[in-house]
Amino acid sequence: MTSRGPSEAGPRLRTQLLSYSVPALAVLGAFAIGAVMLAMLGANPFTGFWAMAKGAFGSGGALVETALKSTPLLLVGVGITIAFRASVINIGGEGQMVSGALASTIVALGMTDVPAAIALPLALGAGVVGGAIWGAIPGALKAYFGVNEILSTIMLNVVAVQAMNWLLRAPLIDPMEIERGTRIPQTARLPESTDLPLFVEGGRLHIGPVIAVLVAVLVYVLLWRTTSGYRLRAVGLSGDAARYAGMSVERNVVWALTLSGAMSGLAGSILVLGSEGHRMVTDGSTIGFTGSAGFNGIVTALFGGLHPLWTIPSSFLFGGLLVGAIALQRAAQVPTALVLALNGLVVLFVVSLDRYRRQVREREDRRISAIATSSTEDDESPKPLSREDDDDG
Amino acid sequence: MADIFSGVVIVATLSSGIRLAVPLLLASLGEAFGQRSGVLNLGVDGIMLLGAFGGYYTTLKTQSPWVGLAVGLAIGLFLGLLSSVVSVSLLAEQGISGIGVYLFGLGMSDLLFQRLVGTPLPVPSFQKAPIPLLSDIPVVGDLIFNHSIPIYLAFLAIPVCTYIINRTRFGMNIRAVGENPEAADSQGISVTRVRYAAVTIGGVLAGAAGAVLAIGLGIFQQNLTNAQGFIAIALVYFGAWRPIGVMAGSLVYGMVSAVVLLLKTRGIIPLGASDLAAMIPAVITVLALVVAARRFRAPTALTKPFIRGG
Repeated sequence: MTSRGPSEAGPRLRTQLLSYSVPALAVLGAFAIGAVMLAMLGANPFTGFWAMAKGAFGSGGALVETALKSTPLLLVGVGITIAFRASVINIGGEGQMVSGALASTIVALGMTDVPAAIALPLALGAGVVGGAIWGAIPGALKAYFGVNEILSTIMLNVVAVQAMNWLLRAPLIDPMEIERGTRIPQTARLPESTDLPLFVEGGRLHIGPVIAVLVAVLVYVLLWRTTSGYRLRAVGLSGDAARYAGMSVERNVVWALTLSGAMSGLAGSILVLGSEGHRMVTDGSTIGFTGSAGFNGIVTALFGGLHPLWTIPSSFLFGGLLVGAIALQRAAQVPTALVLALNGLVVLFVVSLDRYRRQVREREDRRISAIATSSTEDDESPKPLSREDDDDG
Repeated sequence: MADIFSGVVIVATLSSGIRLAVPLLLASLGEAFGQRSGVLNLGVDGIMLLGAFGGYYTTLKTQSPWVGLAVGLAIGLFLGLLSSVVSVSLLAEQGISGIGVYLFGLGMSDLLFQRLVGTPLPVPSFQKAPIPLLSDIPVVGDLIFNHSIPIYLAFLAIPVCTYIINRTRFGMNIRAVGENPEAADSQGISVTRVRYAAVTIGGVLAGAAGAVLAIGLGIFQQNLTNAQGFIAIALVYFGAWRPIGVMAGSLVYGMVSAVVLLLKTRGIIPLGASDLAAMIPAVITVLALVVAARRFRAPTALTKPFIRGG
């Protein structure tokens, strides 16, 4: 990293501003395109977006829906943040959610006649473990066998879907479905002791969003206030330097993906235990279960600047988009898929602008060092999307 | 029950395995070009989905699968160029940018389908074109020489791609840029231009893969590809970046899918077991990735953006 003197306040401020404005610019860009798309679909963009905003944040009920939709996004996003901070790319959020949900379902099904105080933590914990295992596998494959984690996480997504389809169609299927001959691939209703407690009896809001926010804060503490988190980030900034300092890069890679998977696993677990039907159902695809949260979590993590705390409002915003899309569909007959397309554009804009931001910063750094005529260490290969300049958030 | 072992059923199953392998084959051949040049394009599935919708919709409107395929190619060309801009010119992190293309394609194809079509209407598929004389050979004739033209073309593409990559100036440039962009640059090869070309070829083939998939099935639905584009990326590793290896991987997938389909439709074993069988190729691929990581070396500059003098 570059040494900095007092003369750099101006450019430093500029690069700081640039680094904070990148996600905002990305969202503005995506919305501008979204407005054009709305217009082309024959809807007034202003009334469209207004309907979305009202549908997402305009009433108590809307806020509850938004909080529920944000929960998996936040947990997956925080998990993605852990992985990216350690310079490993986890795109297996979908599979990790599914494996977490399956583990929770299996444990929950065995919890008849167990009091909630024991059953619920066990069921949630199983989800964490299920996701962690699905993260640890690509972690170990990368650390000890040199297998690219992008590929292995993708393939484990595929394995997880097939496992889900098999489990829900055969061993875990609701016995009633076989009796009636309908054979819908779903489990029986899980024992009530594993239902996520509701805030208001008969309402929709369960404790899932609270768990997610607490976990995000815990991850912040872990990453920035513990040695273990420091090691993860050190490995992420420079594997060689960390190795030289006596840290095991391999172990930290496994740890990062394990933790990352655990977060997605918990997200999947909450999705099942907090579902309205209190059971796990499959339509044969991952998206049918996750609603693409395993990928959309990447969007919230990027928009949150790969910071666990910023990921909280970021998830709330993107959760709101998903909920608002339903209102938009009602108001202007624009399919909710619009939001997914816009999320894709946000990702494209963030990653495209990120390098640009880094280049500007490097140029500024070079100019500063030229002015100061002090020697600088060159940051030869910048790590993906690391934010060395505002690490303490 | 015993009839699944009859010759006719076996040939029909293998033949449908070949058909099912084609979208994967096209997509992973294209991806191999990009990866050989040093660019990992994770957006294949998104490009396939939009190519699939474009191909389906055009076929629906014109009733000509060939016009549909052409539109699929054009969409792939456009999205391939877009991916190049993001990965090559804007130097984006390739492990993430493709997810953006994927989400865009997933959302956009669904949006357009719901808005423009709504209820799934079937479209005319490609006509079978049995090759004279050859298709009369018992068993083999029906298996290999009795398909539609796009399927022959997909398999013809394998030697063509091998030739391009190994024997032409363009292919040499692709490999040079993927192994050592600095050296290639100093030899006067434009890293940017070669990578644009390679990634765009990948886009075109992904668009074709999607169109062939949708028109072959005669329908479109949300998430039609069901992650086939991602599998195609893994198959490039599976096939050690060689067209012939990519073909082997695609055929494994196609054949297993065909057998799974057969088991499902005949209801021979309890329904769930076919899902278990469907898991096999994915598990094999993961294991193959472990072996490939040991035995084969990925292009050295894969996923590394090139900055002149950087």
